[in-house]
This record gives sequence, C-alpha cells and structure tokens, in this order.
Amino acid sequence: MKKMKFLIFLSALLIIATALSGCSASSENAYGKNSSDKKVLNVYNWGDYIGEDVIAAFEEQYGIKVNYDTFATNEDMYVKIKSGGSNYDVIFPSDYMIEKMINENMLQKIDITNITNYDLIDDQFKNLDYDPNNEYSVPYMWGTVGILYNKTMVDEPVDSWDILWDEKYANQILMLDSLRDSIAVALRKQGYSINTRDLNELEEAKQALIEQKPLVLAYVGDEVKDKMVGGEAALAVVWSGEAVAAKRENPDLEYAIPKEGSNLWVDAMAIPASSQNKEAAELFINFMCETEIAFQNADYIGYSTAHKEAKYLFPEEIINDKAAYPLLEELDSCVIFKDLGDFTKEYDRIWTEIMAQ
Amino acid sequence: MKRRFLAYPYFIWMIIFIVVPLILVLFYSLTISTENGFVFTLDNFKTFLQPIYLKVLWRSLSLAGISTLICLILGYPTALILASRQMSKKSFLMFLFVLPMWMNFLLRTYAWLTLLEKNGFINTILSFFGIEPIQLLYNDGAVILGMVYNFLPFMVLPIYSVLKKINHSVIEAAEDLGANQYIVFRKVIFPLSLPGVFSGISMVFMPAVTTFVISRLLGGGQYMLIGNLIERQFTSVYDWHFGSAVSIIMMIIILISMGVMSKYDNQQEGGGLW
Amino acid sequence: MVRNAINRLYLFIIFLFLYAPIIVLIIFSFNDSKSRSHWNGFTLKWYIELFQDPIIKKALFYTITIAILSSLIATVVGTIAAIGIHNMNDWKKTVILNINYLPILNPDIVTGVSLMILFIFARIRLGFLTMLLSHIVFNIPYVILSVLPKLRQLNKHLYEAALDLGATPVYAFFKVMLPELMPGIITGALLAFTLSVDDFVISFFNTSSGVTNLSITIFSMARIGINPKINALSTLMFLTVLILLFIVNIRTSKDIKEEKL
Repeated sequence: MKKMKFLIFLSALLIIATALSGCSASSENAYGKNSSDKKVLNVYNWGDYIGEDVIAAFEEQYGIKVNYDTFATNEDMYVKIKSGGSNYDVIFPSDYMIEKMINENMLQKIDITNITNYDLIDDQFKNLDYDPNNEYSVPYMWGTVGILYNKTMVDEPVDSWDILWDEKYANQILMLDSLRDSIAVALRKQGYSINTRDLNELEEAKQALIEQKPLVLAYVGDEVKDKMVGGEAALAVVWSGEAVAAKRENPDLEYAIPKEGSNLWVDAMAIPASSQNKEAAELFINFMCETEIAFQNADYIGYSTAHKEAKYLFPEEIINDKAAYPLLEELDSCVIFKDLGDFTKEYDRIWTEIMAQ
Repeated sequence: MKRRFLAYPYFIWMIIFIVVPLILVLFYSLTISTENGFVFTLDNFKTFLQPIYLKVLWRSLSLAGISTLICLILGYPTALILASRQMSKKSFLMFLFVLPMWMNFLLRTYAWLTLLEKNGFINTILSFFGIEPIQLLYNDGAVILGMVYNFLPFMVLPIYSVLKKINHSVIEAAEDLGANQYIVFRKVIFPLSLPGVFSGISMVFMPAVTTFVISRLLGGGQYMLIGNLIERQFTSVYDWHFGSAVSIIMMIIILISMGVMSKYDNQQEGGGLW
Repeated sequence: MVRNAINRLYLFIIFLFLYAPIIVLIIFSFNDSKSRSHWNGFTLKWYIELFQDPIIKKALFYTITIAILSSLIATVVGTIAAIGIHNMNDWKKTVILNINYLPILNPDIVTGVSLMILFIFARIRLGFLTMLLSHIVFNIPYVILSVLPKLRQLNKHLYEAALDLGATPVYAFFKVMLPELMPGIITGALLAFTLSVDDFVISFFNTSSGVTNLSITIFSMARIGINPKINALSTLMFLTVLILLFIVNIRTSKDIKEEKL
C-alpha cells in the first residue's frame, strides 16, 4: 500500500511538472481555437528556420498569437496542405514546390502593396520562373549547390563535377541523399538541363551515377556538414548554407561551384489558398522583411538572406564569402529546379534503380 | 463465456480506426487517378513485380530477418537473466532497459554516427592500440546494428514478462525428476516462454522491414529498402496508388509468414491467418 | 558463482550497448559548437537557450501529455480487449487478432496517411484530439500483444476457484487475475508510452494548429542539423527519469526490508 501511495504521489508530481512546462505553452482546446478571442496566425516552416526571438517580437508588436508548426521536407508539407484538415496561413515552400502549388491552385495571391518592405528584397530573386510576376511568394533564404572539399585532401583545383567521378577519391566522396539534387549533379556533368524530361538524358545520368556508386562513401543528408568538418571525406556535394557553417568550423574546407553550372535554390513565404487570415499573414510576411528581423533570421539560421539591406549588416568576411554570397557571374550557370509534375515518377524510378544496385 | 463480450467495444474501435483506413489503402492500391476520377486496375501491383522492386523487397526482408534473429539471440538470454534477479531490482532493471528508448530515435541514431565514424569514438580508441580505422559505417553490419539497437527492448520485454511468472514449482518438479539445468530449460522453460517469443518476433520483424531512417543514416543511403520506397511514394512522388499497392503486398507477405509461424503455436495467441 | 558473474557481465555489456549513444548524446549537450562529432569546448549555453525556447517547451508538454494519456487509455482498453479475445475460440478470434496486428505491421506512413484521410473525411479538424486518437490506435495492439501471452500463462482455474470460494467476479478479477497479468500490463504500458514519445510520422500527419511533439520538432530539423538544445533537453529528461527511478527503487527496497521484518 505504501508503494502505491508513493507511486501516486510521484505521478502527481510528474503531472504537475508537465503542467508547469505547459503553462508557457498555448491555451488551446482540442479544436485549435483559442479560448480568448485573440487573432491567431498559423505558420508552417522548416525546423529551426527562424530567429529565436522573432516570433515573440511579432506577437508583441501586433498582438497576434502565432501557432508555429514545423515540417521536414517540402513534400511532407505538400501532403499536409493538399489533404486539407490543416489551416496554415503562412508557409515556407521552396522554388519548385511554389511552382507546383501555383499550378494546382493551392496558393492565394499576395497583395504586394501590403508588403511595404518588398523593395528591400534583392531584385535578383524577383521575377523568377517559378513565380514570374511575384504574385504568390516573397523570397526568404537562398543558396546554391556545390562541392565542399578539404584542401588538405584534394590537391587539384575543384572546378568541375567530374572530380566526383575520379577514382583517386574512392570512398572519400559524399553525395546527397536527395533524388533531385544527385540526379542534377549527373545531368550537369553530362551537360544536360537539371529539369530535363528527356528519357535518354536521364538514362545517361543514371548510368553515370551507377558508375560512381562504388566510389561514394555515403549518400547523406544534413550530417554531411559534420562529416566534412571531422575529415571523414575529401569531397561532398552540399548546399551553400552548410558549406558556410562547415568552413567556419574547419578552415581546411573550401566551397566551389563547378563550371558546368549548378542549382540555385530559393525558399520563400507564401499564403495557402485555404487561409482565411490573409491580412495577418501579410503582416507577418512584411515583418519578416524588416531589415533587423531578416538579419536576425539569417544570423541564426546561417543561410544567405534574400534581403538586400540585411546582408550588409553582416561582417565583411561573410559578405565577401563567395560561398555565402557568390558573385552574379558565378550564378549565371545556376538554374532553379522546376516542378516535374507527373514526370517525378520517372526520376523516382531511376533513383530506385541507382540505389537498389 | 460471457467474457468474450469484453472484446466487442475494441472490435468496434478497430473497425473505425483500422479497417476503414485499410479499406481506403486497398482502394488506392486498386485504382489510378485519371481525369475521369478513379479507375480500377491492377497496374499498381504489376509495377511492383519488376525485378528492381523485388530486389528491394528481398533485401528488406533479409535484413529485417537477420536483425530479428540477432535480437532473439541477444534478447532471450537478457530476458532470462533479468527474470532471475532478485525481486526489487527486477522492475528497476526493466525500466532502465527501456529508458534509452525514450530518447528521440533520430538523436540516438545520430549518436551512433559519432561512435562509428572513421574519426569517431570507437576508431579513436582503436587507434590508441595502433589499429587502423575500420569502416564501421555504411554497410550491412551498421544497418543491422542500428536495427538491433532500436528493437532489442521490444524483443526482451515480452519474453521477460512471460519468463518472470513461470511457476517455480514446475521447474522444481522437473529438477526433482532428475533433469539437469539444460534439460529444464529446453523442455520446460523454453516452451513455456514461446508466447512471449512470438510476441517479440512480431514486434521486431514487422517494424524492421518497413523502417527507413536507420538505413538512410547508418547505411549511407546505399540501401533502398521497402520503407524508403513506400515513404517516397506517399510524399515526393505523390503516387499514393503505387505506395498503397506496395503496402498491401507487404501486409500480405507478413500475414502469410505469421501464418506459417503459428503452425508452431496451437492456440494462436501469437496469431496468424490460419 | 561463475555463472552469476557471467550473467552480470553479459547484462553489463548489453546495457553498455544500449547506453553508449545516450552517453555520447549527453556529452555533446555540453559541446561549444553545433557539431555532433567535433568537440569544441565545454559550455552550458544550450541549456540556457533551451529554457528560452517556447516552441520546444510546448512540444515537450504535448509529447508527455499525449504519451501519458494515450498509453493509459490504450492499456485499459487493450487489457480488457485482450481478456475478451483470449476467451474467443473460433474464426472470429483469428480475424480480430489479425486486424489487431495491422497497425504494427503497416509502415508508419501508411497508418499515418490513412488515418489522416479518415479524420479529414469525418471533418474533424486536425489537432490535439486527432493526434491523441492516432496514438491510441497504434498503442493498443502492442498492449494486447503484451497481455495475451500472460493470459495464456494464467491458470484458468484460479479465477473459478476464487468464485467458488465466494468472491464476486469483480473482486476475483482484481485480486486474482490482475496481479498475474501485471507484468504483461506494465510491459504493454511501457511499450505504448515509449512508442508514443518517439513517434514522428503518424503524429506529423495527424496534427496541426500548433499542436506538435518533440519528434516532429526534431525530425523537422533534419535539413539544417539538429540543434544541441535538443541534446540538452534529452539529457535533462533522461536524468529526471533516472532520478525518479532511483527514488522508487530505494523506496521499494525499503518497503521490502520492512515487510521482512
């Protein structure tokens, strides 16, 4: 009996402790409505992809409560939004996903006149193919894909994707575990468009990747940064944001965009068609475009910001770091992913064939 | 006996939350989307019958099978030892055993990367002894290690809970009749523990076949397992039809293998199709 | 004696195997860098940042609440159902058992997505309720799988003997059957809690509106790298439960000593 009483006491403690931690959590009932009638904004973003105090600052400034949810990939987010059942007001899709969602009428137009800070966004990210008239999205973060290499382990210049097929570096190469990114590398190597729908070209890319497989140490995700910092491999295909962070931790590392060209990616803010909170959403988007806020975001995340002014708040080394902010000429050969629509199945089949070897 | 009716409320729950979604999945697997809505077809299943997908299936099944076997080999003695400890420590040890599972799975798998990498912890220690770094990652072994690590408690717990309450007088009786330790185990303890073993195998093999995070992180994405395939169909490719078809095929395979297993299990508490 | 030593050694090795990654996790929660493999110096900054992060705190709250609620409900429902199933004998039993298995044997994504469609179809807004329900769905089969073997082990006649001796069915159940079933019930509850705390896919597809859990928060960081704040949180959680366990253990050994006296 004593044991029982004690256990009950402990459980009560546990529940109280949980409730205390919940006190700083929102006061929602099961249906997601707020008990007080404050305005609520539902934001859906990547994990750890916003400055630490930004949401609190927004809530304080505008008196709007923010429900902040996170997703791991564009595709996961797409499934959630497409199926209905969730009511997000601001989402952060990537370029090709925005294109896809526009084509499927899943986004509503943003009133750019309400985004007073819009001119502070760098022009090179406006009028891009995925949103030619800037009606549906406001750029947030951007970057490139390139090769991160260890200067002490690679003694030749790194300027072409071919180096990833060099047998000298067998088992020292890291590729991305992302079907579009890796297939894009092979396509660029052969000189084809990263958005090709030509089956012959894809077949060639597939062959190239199968040839390369024995040389590849692993197909990795975000752990690539740690691996390069730790000297586990000599060469890796990475996103520029990761490269910048890696270089900071290990000065032996260097980033290069191969001459054949590469991928330019942009993450942007958009409003789903099902949102009923357009006004508040636009307020939030505008808030994120304020110089100080954009700087906080980029500073915390470590990626490159699309905000003109915020960029210059960074120290010299970062602004001049070609990995973080490549010169326009280098970006010439970088192409944005387009939505493949149904053709994704072909890419998927090819990826399965490569991976299942 | 009237106690049968106790299962009926759960039966209704199952219909709503398991059967109906299953019918949805079945529906998706038997149709494809066209402009005119859904059209019934067996194409999704036919697509799976290509060699490339069958290879993926085989690899998943064999890796899961090996992992389950190792879990059993490692887990049974563990359960045996845990069940024979003195009273107060038993529950404590059992909780200690489960505790690591409460740390996030992804986090723990990442920690294995730190341990197994070329410049990771284990290789660093080996280098103190002058041994060259071994490639501990990105091979079958690493994936199996990851699977065993994650599923071992699921094997140990059911076996432990059955072993714990084996009536000691049965064991004593056997010993009185002249059996030595080995025979007592083989003829008395092991058969009595079988229901727990079957539960354990079910709880390990099935998730092991469909897991994908472990193979991605520890296998270096060099493995396409059925879990990766299905997950991609539902998210990147957005071909729910093919994804559902593959899932249904998996379901049928597993139910059949459970049916085979239940031949060793007369009362079907470990459950099978027949 | 040797046997005993071998047993202990074996257990020790298994526990070492289980805890090795945990120890790594804890060590790196003090690492002065976001790196998972590169030690850069000792710091407490992640712990400080953790306490200032409202999103993680909220995720922790929901994780524990749902885990406790869903495992409690699943244990109760599952145990009752297991007793019912145990007393069935014909094809109905096989059917129920096999349907019961489906959430275990289906890939998470299939369970998650199909439940999501079900909820949307029934026009239930995704949020706390749906996440709770989906957790209960995949918890109950594990409870049943844990309790059934114990039921089979149970001496059928004990219950009848108790009735014969004049006990009411309810009394007989609580005093005779339940203690025998306890290990299975506790195993089931533990498994349910463990699965619930760690679930990502099913939770992700069945929640919305700011209701999130730790797994979703952590998996969402996959693109950018897991923030060591999570290591700090895990360390704290681990230590809390460990201390609780020790306290209970000390208490129960005291109880036993007192009983012996």
